[in-house]
Amino acid sequence: MRKNFLQSSIKDSLFTGLIALALFGPIVGLRTVAKNEVLVVSPKWFIVLVIVVVCALGRFLTNLYIYNRDQKYGIQSTIGKSITNFLDTKGTQIALSAIIFSVIFPFLPFTDRYLMDIAIMMLTYIMLGWGLNIVIGLAGLLDLGYVAFYAVGAYSYALFAIHFGWSFWICLPIAGIFAAMFGVLLGFPVLRLRGDYLAIVTLAFGEMIRILLLNWYQLTKGPDGLTGIPRPSFFGLPFKSFPDEGEQTFHTFFGLEYSPMQRIIFLYYLILVLALITNLFTIKIRRLPIGRAWEALREDEIACKSLGVNPRNTKLTAFAIGAMFGGFAGSFFATRQAFISPESFTFIESAIIVAIVVLGGMGSQTGVVLATIFLIGLIEVFRDFESYRMIAFGGAMVLIMIFRPRGILATRKPTITLQKKEAAK
Amino acid sequence: MLLISKVETFYGNIQALRGVDVKVNSGEIVTLIGSNGAGKSTLLMTISGVNKASTGEILFDDQHIENLPPHEIVNLGISQVPEGRRIFSRLSVEDNLRLGASAYEKGKNFDIDVKDVYDLFPVLKDRLNQRGGTLSGGEQQMLAIGRAMMARPKMLLLDEPSLGIAPKLVNQIFIAIKNINKQKKVTIFLVEQNAKKALELADRGYVLVNGNVTLEGTGQDLLKNKDIQAAYLEGGGKK
Ligand SMILES: Nc1ncnc2c1ncn2[C@@H]1O[C@H](COP(=O)(O)OP(=O)(O)O)[C@@H](O)[C@H]1O
Ligand SMILES: [Mg+2]
Repeated sequence: MRKNFLQSSIKDSLFTGLIALALFGPIVGLRTVAKNEVLVVSPKWFIVLVIVVVCALGRFLTNLYIYNRDQKYGIQSTIGKSITNFLDTKGTQIALSAIIFSVIFPFLPFTDRYLMDIAIMMLTYIMLGWGLNIVIGLAGLLDLGYVAFYAVGAYSYALFAIHFGWSFWICLPIAGIFAAMFGVLLGFPVLRLRGDYLAIVTLAFGEMIRILLLNWYQLTKGPDGLTGIPRPSFFGLPFKSFPDEGEQTFHTFFGLEYSPMQRIIFLYYLILVLALITNLFTIKIRRLPIGRAWEALREDEIACKSLGVNPRNTKLTAFAIGAMFGGFAGSFFATRQAFISPESFTFIESAIIVAIVVLGGMGSQTGVVLATIFLIGLIEVFRDFESYRMIAFGGAMVLIMIFRPRGILATRKPTITLQKKEAAK
Repeated sequence: MLLISKVETFYGNIQALRGVDVKVNSGEIVTLIGSNGAGKSTLLMTISGVNKASTGEILFDDQHIENLPPHEIVNLGISQVPEGRRIFSRLSVEDNLRLGASAYEKGKNFDIDVKDVYDLFPVLKDRLNQRGGTLSGGEQQMLAIGRAMMARPKMLLLDEPSLGIAPKLVNQIFIAIKNINKQKKVTIFLVEQNAKKALELADRGYVLVNGNVTLEGTGQDLLKNKDIQAAYLEGGGKK
């Protein structure tokens, strides 16, 4: 038995090495450089060798120490179970402390402009993660084009705010409605698709929206983007250092010194409130018939049909509501940046949001927060080492997938299949 | 009450039903027996509208239902307990029951209807907050039947409720099916491989072979039939 296992691990690692060679050979090994205005290939076989060895060795070690049955339930689940247990028992207290911390965060002594910016960015991703969690985590529809709704929200917000001069609080719901409409638009053609096929179509949808934004110049100014998007005001009081004659601004109204931080703090609370609304909505809707139908659909579509749940409406509402929150987040993004262009809505954004949801443990609201802090934090930490950022990002994902294959917080108890496996052991 | 005539159903090129005629009268327990792959589940899914009949008619209370979507068929009063139970394993028992009620006025009468389910299966009452997947096989079958009953059906379709369940619980489930029929006045169409038990319970029965109905008669007659005894009862039938 043991010898067999060793043999198969070695075989498996050699195979992994071969795959790595096939992938990295052409990508890394055959590097093209410009020489005298012509491209020539300058082979980098040594680097390829290093990568291949690292991959094969890594696979061998994981086989030996992690996928090895005798060890498996050692490393993997003790950490995981204790985290999950801790959150199960102390869940409400932790959530409450996290909210209190977020509320006082802007006024903590160490909080500066840089930290505020990161916090705002994290909250935006948390909100997007929670929004997408409705589609992926609850309804079980793998949507790889979520950024499309973020974009639709941002552009609808920007266009209405620029052309009609409407305030943030009017444009926000409009942007949400537009995004929801696009959600239905995507939902209809994919009603019959599941799994991989659904993922491919949604991915294409995300790209289509971006290309549309890039080419519909009259409306979107294409690659130039939209500038001069109005900044949000504090219930009609703008944040300005030099008010016009007779104009009330935030700082004059409250008798404060002007500081650019005031607007940042306002934006911070704005996204905090929007994100918390998303979370509250999800928690509430899970207890309503429609939310229950989403989860049931994720579990078993045929059972749903035989019980009289209408899968079409159920899926469409999931797409629409998920998209709506993406649209809200997009509005916030537009008003915060004051400038948007299609470049902000590429596939990598979708990928990050999906990664947040999946790594968080699909369907877990707390998991989304942890995954965001982890991933966005990682990207930030590596900001100064730009070239290593993606390696760190990829490496982190591999590690999570090895140690927590169901996500950081797989709060859901193992399904039947897993129980069977344990029993078989 | 239910009249199925000349129904043919295909999976792509594979023909699963080859012109099935079945009639179920109001208040009856009718059983359909047949070996693995005969097309029993396909017939139930065709009645429920999950699979579509390519030809033939299905009338329920004199209304054509062969072209209705599944949720409208449930609303008309036909609920199905699908093969293999299909419990939502990661949802709680309560959520499973509430989902059963989603067709009937969006679960407005949940508290009333759930009492009827507790009467049938008292175990479920103590398990409300447990995940469906953590129940035993027999309990899951009870939950599946209870879930279907939440839609206040006039007619209940049951697909092999004894499949993979301990014999003691099978008895309990068959008693519950009888109660549903006698006390709640729900018409039963029961699909089984456990032919003996099903025929003992049923008023009438049909035998399905390769997508064709080959025999029909009262439960007692079919039990005595030599061919059936050879094929489904003496060792041939599954326990
Ligand atoms: N989803 C499917 N796709 C293709 N063929 C199927 C499918 N489901 C069932 N069949 C075929 O249809 C026939 C009837 O199957 P089924 O109705 O499940 O039989 P039973 O319930 O009597 O065991 C079988 O030959 C089976 O292989
Ligand atoms: Mg079957």
